[in-house]
Amino acid sequence: MPLTNLTHIARSEGDPKVQRKGPSSLTGADRLARALGWFSVGLGLTELIAPGRLARALGLDDKEGLIRAYGARELASAVPTLSIDKPVGLAARLGGDALDLGTLATALHRDNPKRHNAAIATALVAGITLLDLTAFFGVKAAHRRSPGSDKDYSDRSGLPRGAHASRGLARRDFEIPPDYRAEGSVADAVPALAS
Amino acid sequence: MKALVWHGKEDVRYDTVSDPEIEHPRDAIIKVTSCAICGSDLHLFHNLIPAMLPGDILGHESMGEVVEVGSAAKGSLKKGDRVVIPFTIQCGECDQCRRGNFSVCERTNRKGDLGDKAFGHRTAGLFGYTHLTGGYPGGQAEYLRVPFADTTHVKVPDGIDDEKVLFLSDILPTGWQAAVQADIQPGDTVAVWGCGPVGQMTIRSAILLGAEQVIGIDHLPERLSMAAAAGAVTINFLEESVVERLNALTDGKGPHKCIDAIGTESHVTPTQPDTILDRAKQMLMAENDRPHVLREMIYVCRPAGVISIIGVYTGLVDKIPMGQAMNKGLTFRMAQAHVPRWTGDLLKMIEDGRIDPSFVITHKVDLSQGPDMYRTFRDKADGCIKVMLRP
Repeated sequence: MPLTNLTHIARSEGDPKVQRKGPSSLTGADRLARALGWFSVGLGLTELIAPGRLARALGLDDKEGLIRAYGARELASAVPTLSIDKPVGLAARLGGDALDLGTLATALHRDNPKRHNAAIATALVAGITLLDLTAFFGVKAAHRRSPGSDKDYSDRSGLPRGAHASRGLARRDFEIPPDYRAEGSVADAVPALAS
Repeated sequence: MKALVWHGKEDVRYDTVSDPEIEHPRDAIIKVTSCAICGSDLHLFHNLIPAMLPGDILGHESMGEVVEVGSAAKGSLKKGDRVVIPFTIQCGECDQCRRGNFSVCERTNRKGDLGDKAFGHRTAGLFGYTHLTGGYPGGQAEYLRVPFADTTHVKVPDGIDDEKVLFLSDILPTGWQAAVQADIQPGDTVAVWGCGPVGQMTIRSAILLGAEQVIGIDHLPERLSMAAAAGAVTINFLEESVVERLNALTDGKGPHKCIDAIGTESHVTPTQPDTILDRAKQMLMAENDRPHVLREMIYVCRPAGVISIIGVYTGLVDKIPMGQAMNKGLTFRMAQAHVPRWTGDLLKMIEDGRIDPSFVITHKVDLSQGPDMYRTFRDKADGCIKVMLRP
């Protein structure tokens, strides 16, 4: 309400109001992609704001800069994931998942006192990767041009008298109005030259 | 009643909503018999145009039967009249309407302050097309309240199918105006970017106006085949250079007239790298539109030629070669269609068999399938070019 008061963008009183919502154009894959996009935003902000804390929790103390870079990457992935170009964002997320798993793998060695945290994080990222794969293939399938889309409409001229015979047919009773004329002829512009 | 309602980006729902009522003496209520999804509805579907609210009813291509008439509209309309409703709402009395500039009517945008802020000066109210243009409920519904109904309707006779006259609401006068704006003269080569529904109407309008050669530019085979059906030479921009081919078709001089029937959402492809940059900027809200077509038209158009823009743009664009345009002396002409300016002539051409706009319909479904059809239309699936909906 405060925002609509500020912007005056509010529906007028007499306009029809929604009484019951019906089926949506959003598919399950679309909704999953959106959820993953917002997850990217949350994770990215966390990695940017608290990279040191994350690094220490995983036993990756020397990788604080890398985690901060991963945060920027997550936010960059979120932008297309939350747009209409979801496959681009989800592909970027999958690339990021691979990087995350690779980095976490370096924390799983026996000498890392935080290897249990790293193992939990690895399992979580593996789970998220499965969701990213599901969303990626889901949106690709939901929004593909299905086989047989290349239909031939070469019999649809819309000109009942035929394309050739229709050339100039409107000129019979229509002239371009003076306020739509853009150019004249040489005879109009330079009468001396025309004569 | 049932209606297609916007709930957010890519979220259109088939909702139950309250019925519209007469609010002003110049109103009428129509029972919608046919409506359509427009390419510009996809800009709303993609949330590219600001000032939509969840709960807004979509749709600006509708026709039907008058079922209720306000006291001041009774002189022009009566119950039972069969009418097509233009997508623009016009008062018929203001300075702009008297000049024939109906899509910039000064009085019908009931949220004119928003329009003043967004555009510098308000434009006409539109059906189902954001609160910048009045926030009027649209006509992808069972009933539609028509404000200024006495001047915002096209009466159509019984005996002509809805399929033939529905597009008097938008895409036929829009395509016609695109061609008229280009000031097409016999002997002209006219290039039309975009073979969607408006582009298809533009191509046929150019033929009817006597263009010597009409060229349709797109990448989808079904759209190119439909353009070729009207006698257009076609260019698939994914398979060849548009500029090189247009120059080859015009003895190296370029088309006389160039028409943009694409607007804000140029196809994004690595073969047109500026489109990738534009898309990235769009995602970051650093640019509103993807003006690849504008750049290409300006470059290839013949000096002293005309650029006619009928595709919808929404806001800010980058990297427009004004130097090329100015030095070549190009004329730019653009507008939302002034629908009533043309509907008299176009209805006559439909009635006497010069054009049959029903050619463009590829999908005819019940209104309840609207949410699915938004996706199908957007994805260009199943050979979809134009969707007609029956409530």
